[in-house]
Amino acid sequence: MLDRTQQISAASWKAERDIMSADADPDRARRFRDAALPHLDDVYTLAHYLMRNQADAEDAVQECYLRALRHFDSYRGPEIKPWLLAILRNVCKTEFARQSERPVAIERSDDHAPVEPPAWQEAQSSPEVELLRRHDAETIRRLIAALPPQFREAIVLRDINNLSYRQIAEVADLPVGTVMSRLARARSMLRAAWNAEEEPKP
Amino acid sequence: MNCSEADVLINALLDGELDAGHASDVEAHVASCHDCADKLASLRAVRVAMASAGLKEMAPAALRDRIERALPAASASPAGAPASIARRAAPWRLNRRVFAGGFAVGTALSAAVAATLLVAVVRDDRDQKIASEVVSAHLRSLQPGHLTDVETSDQHTVKPWFNGKLDVAPPVIDLTAEGFTLIGGRLDDIDGETAAALVYRRRHHVINLFVARHPGGEHARGGSEIHHGFNVRHWTDGGLDFWAVSDINAGELDEFCKKFTAAAHPAPSS
Ligand SMILES: [Zn+2]
Repeated sequence: MLDRTQQISAASWKAERDIMSADADPDRARRFRDAALPHLDDVYTLAHYLMRNQADAEDAVQECYLRALRHFDSYRGPEIKPWLLAILRNVCKTEFARQSERPVAIERSDDHAPVEPPAWQEAQSSPEVELLRRHDAETIRRLIAALPPQFREAIVLRDINNLSYRQIAEVADLPVGTVMSRLARARSMLRAAWNAEEEPKP
Repeated sequence: MNCSEADVLINALLDGELDAGHASDVEAHVASCHDCADKLASLRAVRVAMASAGLKEMAPAALRDRIERALPAASASPAGAPASIARRAAPWRLNRRVFAGGFAVGTALSAAVAATLLVAVVRDDRDQKIASEVVSAHLRSLQPGHLTDVETSDQHTVKPWFNGKLDVAPPVIDLTAEGFTLIGGRLDDIDGETAAALVYRRRHHVINLFVARHPGGEHARGGSEIHHGFNVRHWTDGGLDFWAVSDINAGELDEFCKKFTAAAHPAPSS
């Protein structure tokens, strides 16, 4: 754990130093801020569902923005959101690869512990209805988190981040047809998993 | 269309990603296939449930601060906008009933089917932008005095009126006998290009049919969607792009498009 934290901090620190020295153009940095920061929630959302824990997600997002700033000059696309999400995705893949090289993998199965909503939410609901809703929301989150990565990614990009098929194809570097079949499969799996939750076979 | 093809395309239909032709193919299959109709309803329910579950995350304020601080302009302009402190999304509301019903566990989807079918049928993002421009042009045309530059129900008057005003000669077709009355034409602007607008009336509803040269080298595009409550249809024919927009219902607009294209090709063989 220490090892990992040190590596991430070192990488981030190096990236920041690179920016400070390489970026003499405040106008460029301002353009980057204006273009990229509005998409922070979308980037964080994908990181959250890919990394499945908050610390890793935050590290990935920070690294994504630092990398994006460094490569902002090479950005030519009409839309910055898919470009940012593609960078985030690469950051996450690199991190997965790095983690899998280590002899002891971090156990992640319990990372997605549900968060209790504040007591003032849904005050008009009966406790039973509220319990049901909370249970369902937690269930959906857990089932999405349990999908294999490529299907999880497809469903997050489409159904949570609201990207078009072509944007998803750009982010994931896939043909549109593959995006489509993955998304269809992801939804089928999600639906099947929900059914299994609802009606466990005896 | 068989169930295996429909299986993949139903998702695209639900996502509004199919062109008009394939959308109606899938709808036709769903209308005649109980299994696929169930699947469509079920997928729609899953989407509704996900949308209402508040699954989108907000970046923690501390992370936002960290990133802003790491950007050089943050220190250069301390008076800049403060980091917005995001609150978690609204409490989610899932209606448990939406998960009632079901489709087969582990539905087999053919990736090959998807790959071969979809590349040609999924519409461009550009189409969405143009669709909103088409609706804007339609709305502008409904302002007093803006509907027509040349007002006549005579197609032989409207057609030559466009001569010299456009680099294309739009087909001007009178559909009065079919229930769509040609009331005139005008010049308009779609996606930065001058377009012909043919104006039809159905009862008290206006239909604008925009016609412009199809940009070369692209695959044939088409689409069917609803923008701000207006139905929009797009198709490509003979090197021209056509967009029909109106507040008449989808079925009537489809009928208009079919009648127009049928009349534009008056000698159908086989
Ligand atoms: Zn079927």
